[in-house]
Amino acid sequence: MSLPNSGTLDRRAVVAALLRDPGELMVVTGLGSATYDVGAAGDRPLNFYLWGAMGGSAMIGLGLALAQPARRVLVITGDGEMLMGMGSLATIAAAGAANLAIAVLDNARYGETGSQPSHTGLTTDLAAVAAACGWRATATAHGMEEVEALRPRLRSEPLFAVLRISAVNKPRHLPPRDGAYLTDRFRRALGVAGG
Amino acid sequence: MDQPTWPADVYVALKAAGVTQLGYVPDAGHAYLIKAAQADPAMQTVVLTTEEEGIALAAGAWLGGQRTVMLMQSSGVGNCINMLSLPVACRMPLLTLVTMRGEWGEFNPWQVPMGTATGPVLTAAGVHVRRADRPDEAAEMVAACAALAFDSHVPVAVLFSQRLIGAKVFVK
Repeated sequence: MSLPNSGTLDRRAVVAALLRDPGELMVVTGLGSATYDVGAAGDRPLNFYLWGAMGGSAMIGLGLALAQPARRVLVITGDGEMLMGMGSLATIAAAGAANLAIAVLDNARYGETGSQPSHTGLTTDLAAVAAACGWRATATAHGMEEVEALRPRLRSEPLFAVLRISAVNKPRHLPPRDGAYLTDRFRRALGVAGG
Repeated sequence: MDQPTWPADVYVALKAAGVTQLGYVPDAGHAYLIKAAQADPAMQTVVLTTEEEGIALAAGAWLGGQRTVMLMQSSGVGNCINMLSLPVACRMPLLTLVTMRGEWGEFNPWQVPMGTATGPVLTAAGVHVRRADRPDEAAEMVAACAALAFDSHVPVAVLFSQRLIGAKVFVK
């Protein structure tokens, strides 16, 4: 089905580009395909994958960003997960964390559950929502050149970016899903596991 | 009437437990703690649009090596249920202080259903639930629950009873 917001970007190529040479970037993913995409780009201790807690990825990013103000946090999630946590766009803008960016992989569908159209395929523009919530930097990418231009900005600005990806489902790539393991290895990688 | 002193003691207990982030959805029963936190340069306060955001905030803070307290009213507990799978599945601490409505001299019938369900649904979701009913036990209860949460990596809720807070008085 063709939706008004149908994108053409390859989601795996987008995420691989955003996470090329990740360094010490801390990455939080929304459940479903964003988790698979980030895992496919290369599992690493500073990736924190959600396998549930839908709507929570952006706020996990905020708590992490406030706790580690000298480091960068990138939340990578889908349009459905971001829609469920839409209020957090207001909360994050009000909190004013300069070291947090969000990249939404927007295929205008709930891909995990049968590709039902989401609100972004009907009437909602998430970048406009973020701007109205007080995010001063927002962007929407339709082509890989724009994605490449967003890559450094997502590591240096409090930026909310929407990436218009195609609705083609990719093979599932399943990174680790034991939450206690993911938490412990993340904290050890940061050197905060002692407390 | 003199202001009660137990909220100040609770704030001291939170500081002693190493809490540096405070998420909240405003509630009159938490007014002192919110004001004290906002006046404290060593405490980051985050005002939330809905309570489940605070569960995720606390998880992110823990990943980054900080401790969070989440303040909410009993009506907000129902908003958190699925998000509570986060600290349970990830073996993370959660410390939440819940001011109770719907249980003691309640004026508003809309507060009664969630007030009645608060303890049972938290327990069902995997949260350890404790109550503070008297002013002289509130700070000690918070200190003990902070230790349980942050040292044993479990979610803990302290319910501040409506009798402790004082029933909200509506004046025409």
